[in-house]
Amino acid sequence: MQLSFSVYRYNPDVDNAPRMQDYTLEVEEGQDMMVLDALIALKEKDPTLSFRRSCREGVCGSDGMNMNGKNGLACITPLSTFGRKKIIVRPLPGMPVVRDLVVDLSQFYNQYEKIKPFLINDNNQPPAREFLQSPEEREKLDGLYECILCACCSSSCPSFWWNPDKFIGPAGLLHAYRFLADSRDTATEQRLGDLDDAFSVFRCHGIMNCVSVCPKGLNPTKAIGQIKSLLLQRAV
Amino acid sequence: MLTNQANFKRDGVQDYVTVRATAIIMTAFTFYMLWFFLSTPTVTYEIWHGLFSSLAMKVFTFAALVSVMLHIRIGFWQVLTDYVKSTGLRAVVQFFINLVAFVYVAVGLFVLWGL
Repeated sequence: MQLSFSVYRYNPDVDNAPRMQDYTLEVEEGQDMMVLDALIALKEKDPTLSFRRSCREGVCGSDGMNMNGKNGLACITPLSTFGRKKIIVRPLPGMPVVRDLVVDLSQFYNQYEKIKPFLINDNNQPPAREFLQSPEEREKLDGLYECILCACCSSSCPSFWWNPDKFIGPAGLLHAYRFLADSRDTATEQRLGDLDDAFSVFRCHGIMNCVSVCPKGLNPTKAIGQIKSLLLQRAV
Repeated sequence: MLTNQANFKRDGVQDYVTVRATAIIMTAFTFYMLWFFLSTPTVTYEIWHGLFSSLAMKVFTFAALVSVMLHIRIGFWQVLTDYVKSTGLRAVVQFFINLVAFVYVAVGLFVLWGL
């Protein structure tokens, strides 16, 4: 069978404006493949097509893109998801395009950096071997640590589109709560203080686009709700 | 809360609480008025005047009007900071929206206690 693709093309060095380019790909009847495999096949036909990919198995988060209107990882999105409809592939929305499907994630990483994504422990006497956690304490990190920073969530969030310089975004906030919930971290007050303004957290209005697109099935909205609750408790 | 809401600088936690608190008051007022209209077959001037003659109803109505003003102030600030990136234009639009919201409260005050 023949599958149709429409792929966003833009090379700022050559093109005046972005355009959509149509491609067709011959796929054996009954055979399925991932969108990334299809893009790789298309790239063999047209080597100028650019996109990021690395692990090809949903672990590295390099190939986040918008497929038929929904963000996801191309490497774990089967073509069969779209039936026989034309597959429209665009770069992650709201991010500056470097070339074709490759976007500049600087703003995304700047926000991630703001939340201090590392364990802070100010105890004067660190344990000789390791910080121990009870199974209950460790369980609190489930659903938080699995984020691979693919940016599918933040680039599907209108609050992040409009305020990428001020709103941390769902991915960053999920990570922020991962450290707030960690029993070994002692910088809770400092972390909450850094988030206590009108934009960093409270620009989330809970529309849950992030939950809908997360390829790892995580729930950033829930984590953001927990941070709001902590900020509220801190204020009263 | 009122002092804080009069500040130019927005406070995330205060706004979060205020939006929800004012939403509860506005919803309660809406349902109360809905109940009034549904349970009153004919609304005459005397019945309408009687409804607003008690101090409790005056205070409830005034609280609803202040809630509308605060809700508008925060809500529009959020919408405008999303969509209007020119600081000057945003300041002008915000000024007029806040002015209209204040006029509602001021007029409501005179209507409630002036009758």
